[in-house]
Amino acid sequence: MDFELTYRQFSERSILVEWPSEITENMLHDVLNFKNHLLNSNIKSLVQINNAYNSLLIIYDITIDKLNNEVYALNALYSSRASILKPAFKLWKIPVCYDDEFALDLIEISEEKRLSKSKIIKLHYEAIYTVFFIGFLPGFLYLGGLNKQLYFPRKKSPRQRIKKGAVAIGGEQTGIYPNVSPGGWSIIGNSPVELFKLNDDIPCFANAGDKIQFFPISNAEHSAILSQIASGAYQIESEVIDG
Amino acid sequence: MVEVLKAGLFDTIQDFGRIGFQEFGVPFSGVMDENSASLANSIIGNDQNAAVIECTVIGLQLKFHAHTLICITGAQMNPNLNGLPIKNNTAISVRPNDILGFGRLEYGCRSYISVSNGFLTEEIMASRSMYQGITSRFKLQKGDLLPISKEEKDKTATFSSIKINKNHFQSQDIEVFKGPEFDKLNLKQQKLLCEQQFTISKDSNRMAYLFDECFDNALHPIITSLVLPGTVQLTPSGQLIVLMRDCQTTGGYPRVFQLTEKAMNMMSQKFFGGKVRFKCIK
Repeated sequence: MDFELTYRQFSERSILVEWPSEITENMLHDVLNFKNHLLNSNIKSLVQINNAYNSLLIIYDITIDKLNNEVYALNALYSSRASILKPAFKLWKIPVCYDDEFALDLIEISEEKRLSKSKIIKLHYEAIYTVFFIGFLPGFLYLGGLNKQLYFPRKKSPRQRIKKGAVAIGGEQTGIYPNVSPGGWSIIGNSPVELFKLNDDIPCFANAGDKIQFFPISNAEHSAILSQIASGAYQIESEVIDG
Repeated sequence: MVEVLKAGLFDTIQDFGRIGFQEFGVPFSGVMDENSASLANSIIGNDQNAAVIECTVIGLQLKFHAHTLICITGAQMNPNLNGLPIKNNTAISVRPNDILGFGRLEYGCRSYISVSNGFLTEEIMASRSMYQGITSRFKLQKGDLLPISKEEKDKTATFSSIKINKNHFQSQDIEVFKGPEFDKLNLKQQKLLCEQQFTISKDSNRMAYLFDECFDNALHPIITSLVLPGTVQLTPSGQLIVLMRDCQTTGGYPRVFQLTEKAMNMMSQKFFGGKVRFKCIK
């Protein structure tokens, strides 16, 4: 299916491509499919292409002189992209400890929502989440697929210091803080896995289009995984799933 | 080696930043005023992208432990070598035990210090630019020892100096392209946004410049999309946010402008209380 795309010059050296204003997985597949097609097309002077929910930012290393020519070329590439209905993806299994020690806001959510803590935890780890893109902080995954029953507004005043690995809910989204940071989401657990490895060639394990599933672990398992990570012995479990 | 004897207000090592790591959420970083930093490098024969020190408002004090050439560009902070005044935009030969200091800020906001072949501090993701969470330090501190390349003898300076265009520091006009959501403002607001004068707030930093004035608007947040250094966001409460080099890679506020590259450099030399006006081009 072809979407109605709009192209506009964003800066001297970049073009923004936008899909209709909505968040769906079908559209994400089209965004990523076009992105990969462009990356494989040997476009002259291309530096990088970044994606968000419904947009691509194409960055060149030279100033764009004739926008129309570039847009014409991009649009021709959009038309010539292979259609992929359901691409293969990786499913990553991420351990989360939902114990009270980490779940600073679980009681508040439980009281507001009139759902038991265990019900909230179950709804959170039962879902399969889609990675739409990485942004906000190095290694922060924008995940789609939170159960509607868990939607919870952002805090009016953010916390100054959220712990590394905090698993949180903000509005209609859930995510993991890859590092210590200020933040306004409500915290329901903590994951020991490293979301951003500074010294790796590819610092993030997950790619846009991948899936994430959480599984509950005890506090003791959380500590055990942390020490395995410290000694380099821990591997995140994953499987490749054909579309 | 170059030793930091005293830190200034906010000094960092910067080159042209990290390019190609934004899909992992890594900011670009890099020198705020590329124009001045390139000049500092060019005058002493460096690659333009060699790592320099960026000082903000109040300069630092450095002691050299090797022969090298230096050049200071950007903001005029009345630099001195061993207490004797030296010029900006000039190649200067320094020797072991020489001490570089700075005085009062005359104009601009950020000064650049280049040394022969650049500062050789840690390189992470193809850049030496300091950023919290990426490099082990996010600013220079007293006692830091910064590696530089070894020069056996005195480096001879040419003693020539370059005249710079002061307009770079003084002009209030900030050239911008219309941002993706500019057209969602009504015509009156569009006109006003390009006419109003804005005052730079004291909360401005390498991540973003903010203004004292608010701009009333009824724009709705957008689905989180992509931003670049130079993107101007407008929040529902009327705050304009000019994203700078250390900004995030994505954002959900409407994007009303995009600064030109030249305007980014000029904006970086604006100090708290400075006035700017957006000039829409094309």
